[in-house]
Amino acid sequence: MSDEATDSPQAHEGLVPSAAEAREQMLEIYPKKTRRKREKQMLVNDPGSPGEIGANSRTVPGIITQRGCSYAGCKGVVIGPIYDILHITHGPIGCGWYSWLSRRNMTRIRKAGETNFLQYSMSTDMQEEQIVFGGEKKLALAIQEAYDEFHPKAISIYATCPVGLIGDDIHKVCREMKQKLGINIFGFSCEGYKGVSQSAGHHIANNGVFKHMIGLDDTPVEGKYKINILGEYNIGGDAWEIDRILALCGIKIIGTLSGGVSYDDITNCHMADLNVVMCHRSINYMAEMMEKKFGIPWFKVNFIGINGTKKSLRKIAKYFGDKELIDRVEEVIAKEMSEVRPVVEDVKTRTSGKTAALFVGGSRAHHYQDLFEDMGMKVISAGYEFAHRDDYEGRDVLPHIKMDADTRNIEELEVEQDPARFNLRGTADRKAALQSEEFSFSDYEGMMRQMGKDTLVIDDISHHEMEKLIEIYKPDVIGSGIKDKYIIEKMGVPCKQLHSYDYGGPYAGFKGAINFYKEIDRMTSTKVWKYIHAPWHDAAPAAEAAAAPEPVNA
Amino acid sequence: MLDGTTAEIRERQALRINPAKTCQPIGAMYAALGINGCMPHSHGSQGCCAYHRSHLTRHYKEPVAATTSSFTEGASVFGGLANLQQALENIFTIYKPKIVAVHTTCLSEVIGDDIPMIIERARREGKIKPDQLVMHTNTPSFVGSHVTGFSNQCASTIKYFSESSGETKNVVNLFPGWVEPADMREIKRMAKEMGIEFILFPDTSGVLDTGHTGHYEMYPAGGTTLEQIKAMGDSFQTIAMGPLASKAAAEELEKKCNVPSRLLELPIGLSNTDAFVNAMRLAGQVPVPASIEEERSRLIDMMSDMAQYMHDKKVAIFGDPDQVTALTQFLVEMDMKPVIAVTGTPGKAFEAKIKEICAEKCPEVEARAYSDVHFLHQWIKNNPVDLLIGNGFGKFVAKAEGNIPFVRFGFPIMDRVGHRAFSTIGYTGAMRLIEQITNAFFDYRDRNDPDEKIELVL
Ligand code: SF4
Ligand code: SF4
Repeated sequence: MSDEATDSPQAHEGLVPSAAEAREQMLEIYPKKTRRKREKQMLVNDPGSPGEIGANSRTVPGIITQRGCSYAGCKGVVIGPIYDILHITHGPIGCGWYSWLSRRNMTRIRKAGETNFLQYSMSTDMQEEQIVFGGEKKLALAIQEAYDEFHPKAISIYATCPVGLIGDDIHKVCREMKQKLGINIFGFSCEGYKGVSQSAGHHIANNGVFKHMIGLDDTPVEGKYKINILGEYNIGGDAWEIDRILALCGIKIIGTLSGGVSYDDITNCHMADLNVVMCHRSINYMAEMMEKKFGIPWFKVNFIGINGTKKSLRKIAKYFGDKELIDRVEEVIAKEMSEVRPVVEDVKTRTSGKTAALFVGGSRAHHYQDLFEDMGMKVISAGYEFAHRDDYEGRDVLPHIKMDADTRNIEELEVEQDPARFNLRGTADRKAALQSEEFSFSDYEGMMRQMGKDTLVIDDISHHEMEKLIEIYKPDVIGSGIKDKYIIEKMGVPCKQLHSYDYGGPYAGFKGAINFYKEIDRMTSTKVWKYIHAPWHDAAPAAEAAAAPEPVNA
Repeated sequence: MLDGTTAEIRERQALRINPAKTCQPIGAMYAALGINGCMPHSHGSQGCCAYHRSHLTRHYKEPVAATTSSFTEGASVFGGLANLQQALENIFTIYKPKIVAVHTTCLSEVIGDDIPMIIERARREGKIKPDQLVMHTNTPSFVGSHVTGFSNQCASTIKYFSESSGETKNVVNLFPGWVEPADMREIKRMAKEMGIEFILFPDTSGVLDTGHTGHYEMYPAGGTTLEQIKAMGDSFQTIAMGPLASKAAAEELEKKCNVPSRLLELPIGLSNTDAFVNAMRLAGQVPVPASIEEERSRLIDMMSDMAQYMHDKKVAIFGDPDQVTALTQFLVEMDMKPVIAVTGTPGKAFEAKIKEICAEKCPEVEARAYSDVHFLHQWIKNNPVDLLIGNGFGKFVAKAEGNIPFVRFGFPIMDRVGHRAFSTIGYTGAMRLIEQITNAFFDYRDRNDPDEKIELVL
């Protein structure tokens, strides 16, 4: 008797419900109000005309969500990686503790004598007394003590949940201490309850970096092609791989915001002639503000996956328009591809036709689809943790996004052209000359246009939906975060952490792609899941009898 | 590594640098996971819950389910009543726990949400059904530390559910304190070996160290059951281990159900384990079985075998008070010199206790409560040590100081797996500690000594 009939992929496929049915099965269990909310965040995809997704809306209380808070988005994601700023969390001890070395923003100090403050966690460790009588005095003293202890070039303060409520004015304290100590000191009102996710914190961080750091240092930068990479946080060394490739091409990166970056790089990065954006969600504000103020154009790139990397390099070269650069880029691509090609061809023989699902962050759930495509794998479902409609549907929906109360509370900076420094190097003119059908600026087409028809797009996926998804589709691999990882793996599906890379990486660029192919190959062909069944559960009684040992002395 | 840290120690009043404690709710979450079928619920904004779940997951390498009230700015102004009520409805409908254990966060504490009132109202309005159990504990993060949160969750659970039926049973309650699932297993094994009837509370074994079956269980089989928690009120005695983590629960049970308690240090090392075994012997009126005697003798044997490598070695240790005091005791028993002991948790009792433990072996010991790892590091710069013991963050200090031998011990350890699987409690756990400590010394020498000094034999 064989089970082949039911095990064959065709038969299996016949049993798999359509995306619409799967969606219905996920929604079934919810109370009415919760269902109404979740319905809007789960769409059956039509790449031709992406539907309207209810992204960047509140998580329903009681739902197990992947999301974190505004503080995590501000300190944890955007500013935290700047290694030579001394970061102080103003609040009780927890928030500062949990954001201590828990993101893998890799960092090297530039020169001896510097301190990498990412290795430190500093906090005002608020006690009951400050909750009752206010914490401004303690904050001022903490800044003084930090200064005395480390003499940093800048200090940054982050407010946690209770700070706003007890009415501490961190910005006032920062101004006073800045004056007193003569170094740059600034604060972020990124209390955890602001907005609906980390996303609010990204915006708050962008505002602060723009107000307090960008444009402070006008020292000219050597180099013919100067750019900044925005929204690249150097998890697992991604930024270093991008650095390597761009250096081979002869392109100079002034600042990578904010992976492995220094304070000085940031204050000087308005001397670039182009901003390219990796993580649109976390940093598009900065790209827009820098363009308004300095006339530096931006466009979206993606260095995850070989096609994305090639496309991005070519677009940068085309922007500068020099034949020398265009040729150089092709040479680099050809050389790097000679290393990538054999690996991906080999891996593909095992990964082709396998399936993946991705639920993570605000850009990675999109970017990583390229890598899976390279391997001949199919992404059956994907969604972001804290993205907005434009990250799903493309930036063309921006004018149609309704402003809600949670977003309205996040400051929108009024940015004006800098009379002295706007279009200094003719960048705005270059943009005007290039802009056409084939060359888009300020662009992002969003995730849904790239995803297959009738795949399932799920925003802010809940624990329950994840479980159902695995039950229904049993994908060969899921990309997600630490909170889901072991839930997914207990169900026999390997989970790749796409926030921390499971302590691997880099996955960006050419070398990164090789790492990723090998990693997914390993994960989807590992034997470990097969060990779950002990041999004695499978053996038929007859076989057991046949296998019985002969008495040795017989 | 930690290049900004100098040997010059300044007393700080406001700035915490590299803490040796975290906030209350994570302790409450951990303790609640030790109740069978329980969903911990974090009443505040969702960031706290996300942080706590991530942190516990990284430490245990296991799923950690917990829900949140997902406060937004509105809830922070108007209070979290609507959020909590909606959360409870969702939790019971979707995740179907036996009980929801609500704990507060900074935010809901500062707002002043009255949780029992909210639960009561939800019940009155039919939003939660009579058989749907909800409890709460207050865990303000600006008081105490994560250990306080653990302690509060344990005490509140007893307050809510333990009852005395009037009939005292021949059962001993064992409160393990904040230890690893493997340690809880070991405590249960020893108690079984002793032949006493017991209830272990809380019990995260079988919850945060589950096997792989190809299925995910949101509520694994482990954890102290609600029936057991109720029945604890009928036990004739409680043995509470780890004063900071377990004392409040023991007192609560004594107050509520008249169950007398005996407070012990965590059974780490020889004499603390002796005290535990003796307490079980007296409580159960049972002889100590030969198997336990044998375990003890095997420990003594290993102590004597390895004594020469540990004698007078200077040790710096940091972590949670219950762990640090118990382990310091063991270090002294092995003739090591604990020269500095630091905890982030406030409380002068810690300092006094460490001084008392070290009075003979190392009277000059530096003992600091409500301190931090930065202070410890600076102190080490002035007073070099042979061994560092502490949680995973210690590795940065160890590396900064020339890779001094380092043993991971305590919470959290996010870069190794052993702590979840192998106990450091009891006699066998003590042997494992000796193994880890001496290995750290030997590995250091094997890595750093010149060829002619590398030895095959100890
Ligand atoms: S806001 Fe408070 S409860 Fe939440 S993580 Fe921070 S310290 Fe802990
Ligand atoms: S890449 Fe993802 S995790 Fe990183 S900032 Fe963007 S959205 Fe966040």
